[in-house]
Amino acid sequence: MGFLRVKKSEDLGGSSADPTAPLLEVDNLHVEFRIEDGTVRAVNGLSYTLGRGETLAILGESGSGKSVSAQAVMGILDTPPGFVTQGSVKFRGVDLLALNKKSKTYDHVVPEVRGTRIAMVFQDALTALNPVYTVGWQIGEMFRVHQGASRKEAKEKAIEMMERVKIPSARERINSYPHEFSGGMRQRVMIAMALSMDPDVIIADEPTTALDVTVQSQIMELLAELQRETGMGMILITHDLAVVADVADRVVVMYAGREMETAEIDDIFHLPSHPYTLGLMESIARPDVHVDRLTPIPGTPPDLLAIPSGCPFHPRCTYATERCPKEVPELESVNGSHSSACFYWKEVQVEL
Amino acid sequence: MSSEQRTDEPILRVVNLKKYFPVTRGIIFKKTIGTVQAVDDVSFDLYPGESLGLVGESGCGKTTTARTILRLDEPTSGEAYFQGRDIFKMSRSELRDLRSEITVIFQDPYASLNPRMTVGDIIAEPWSIHGGVPRKDRKNKTQELLEVVGLNPNNVSRYPHQFSGGQRQRIGIARAIAVDPKIIICDEPVSALDVSVQAQVVNLLEDIQKEFGVSYLFIAHDLAIVRHIVDRLEVMYLGKIVEEGDEFQVYDHTAHPYTQALLSAVPIPDPRAKNRGNRIMLEGDVPSPTNPPSGCRFRTRCWKAQDVCAGEIPVLEDRGQGHPVACYFPGVEFSASGAPPTTTA
Repeated sequence: MGFLRVKKSEDLGGSSADPTAPLLEVDNLHVEFRIEDGTVRAVNGLSYTLGRGETLAILGESGSGKSVSAQAVMGILDTPPGFVTQGSVKFRGVDLLALNKKSKTYDHVVPEVRGTRIAMVFQDALTALNPVYTVGWQIGEMFRVHQGASRKEAKEKAIEMMERVKIPSARERINSYPHEFSGGMRQRVMIAMALSMDPDVIIADEPTTALDVTVQSQIMELLAELQRETGMGMILITHDLAVVADVADRVVVMYAGREMETAEIDDIFHLPSHPYTLGLMESIARPDVHVDRLTPIPGTPPDLLAIPSGCPFHPRCTYATERCPKEVPELESVNGSHSSACFYWKEVQVEL
Repeated sequence: MSSEQRTDEPILRVVNLKKYFPVTRGIIFKKTIGTVQAVDDVSFDLYPGESLGLVGESGCGKTTTARTILRLDEPTSGEAYFQGRDIFKMSRSELRDLRSEITVIFQDPYASLNPRMTVGDIIAEPWSIHGGVPRKDRKNKTQELLEVVGLNPNNVSRYPHQFSGGQRQRIGIARAIAVDPKIIICDEPVSALDVSVQAQVVNLLEDIQKEFGVSYLFIAHDLAIVRHIVDRLEVMYLGKIVEEGDEFQVYDHTAHPYTQALLSAVPIPDPRAKNRGNRIMLEGDVPSPTNPPSGCRFRTRCWKAQDVCAGEIPVLEDRGQGHPVACYFPGVEFSASGAPPTTTA
């Protein structure tokens, strides 16, 4: 298979790797799916940077393009039908995407980073893990494939990793199958696999959505602890505003494949400057406050085959004017690193 | 609406309900080697026009309780009375009538609607079983119902796949109210929906209750959403009710350590709440219901547990908290909004 052995990130791309560059720079990323019914524009111009030890949340509902953008960064997009049509992804200054002259799309050209430097934790551990191999074998596979470890070494390393993610009696459970673990423990196995190569960036795609709240808080705490230890950057993909408030440093709010608002965590919660963000804040139920009636966002999320013209949020927006369906609002700086893609952010802005 | 103010009769009364599932080994010579105590000695009352929440984590028996009340699973022991009539002694035809009085809204709007039936047929199907609406009026009545749940009445001949998740859940709600039920069991009705749509469906359920006066038995694991729809709650852990009370009692004067841990694990959408200081991190997983701990079932994960907890099972009763709690060492200085928890008694 010709897997390259990469142990240190400095090896990546030889001399072109820049140690001072941010861990991950995504610029103007466009992803589309070409299917029979037409073209689904899943991501339309997403940009962000991720620094060491930072947690960036990508917040969005189903169909907002949050997972697809992560797949493009990882290079695990299903191609075809999915294609990166524009944009760049740089890992420590090294371009991960290159233009394919024939198809006029971008290919992921640095597969060595996948799983080693940039690792991913998926939502549903039961489907992400292979049911016919033991968890020890699956964690050990990382060491065998990427570092050429022997079976015995790989097994010892796997036990070490399982202990690191706090799976009790790791040595006895190394030969268990995924179905013999509880949901929370399975998610820990996934995290162990993701962390086994000591990655610089970990992408967690809804890591706790399928779990109970008490287990969710255990897993989020574990991820935060491991992040403090290793200084890795984390991209947290989620639909849950409350989880974002709890763990993220920065947040990108996506809707219909577009960036609606991006800001430091305190700014987004206390000075939301986009009608969609504001709508989300008002519609979610809080466990600590009693309200008589929730304020929902009217309408339904858009069909990605027919994204509304102009600002995609305009059919559900209470601030929309005749300008909104005609022009696409660009991301405008509100204050420092806080920006909003709304013509009327000044009117929308409320202090919470 | 707390229970002591009620003078009216409960519409549904569940008394000492137990549901044990056998664990068997072997295919031809089946042998029972144990039981899963899914629901163990659960009692509660549901009053007319009230919303009662049944909350807890997966596997705590909340759905099994509801299934047993509908006789979709046969109970192991216990009683359940609908308007004074014992559900567990009903004949087949009585049961059929019961199921027009108690209907269900399911969690997954993608799996609970037949993809080969039109929306109109889905909503009208209960009438072909229970009657009530003459055939010629059915189309009009269906369109009326669609309007009630906020869908375009011209959609009657469309199929479920042409609707979004939130719209499908509305179709499920229209079907549930078609036969004018007294009770609707809502089994996680919003947990499969997008955040911006959840609030729409919660508000719709509240409007329907106001208009039709139905009672809700609201099963959910999301304590944030539950707070906005229920009047009273039953908190379940491993097949038992551990705490019972109205919204303010359970959320603002939380007494049982498990409820406290559960509430403190729910993240609050406000970065200022990050350091609310009352995070209780539970260790480990829920024990197996095949072999639950003796005494209090929560004691293996409880930071207050003492020898007495392993002995007698604590009874669900008011221990000076103002609402019933099944714990020997309850505390009340805990609230979901962040007051510090009480120290060990």
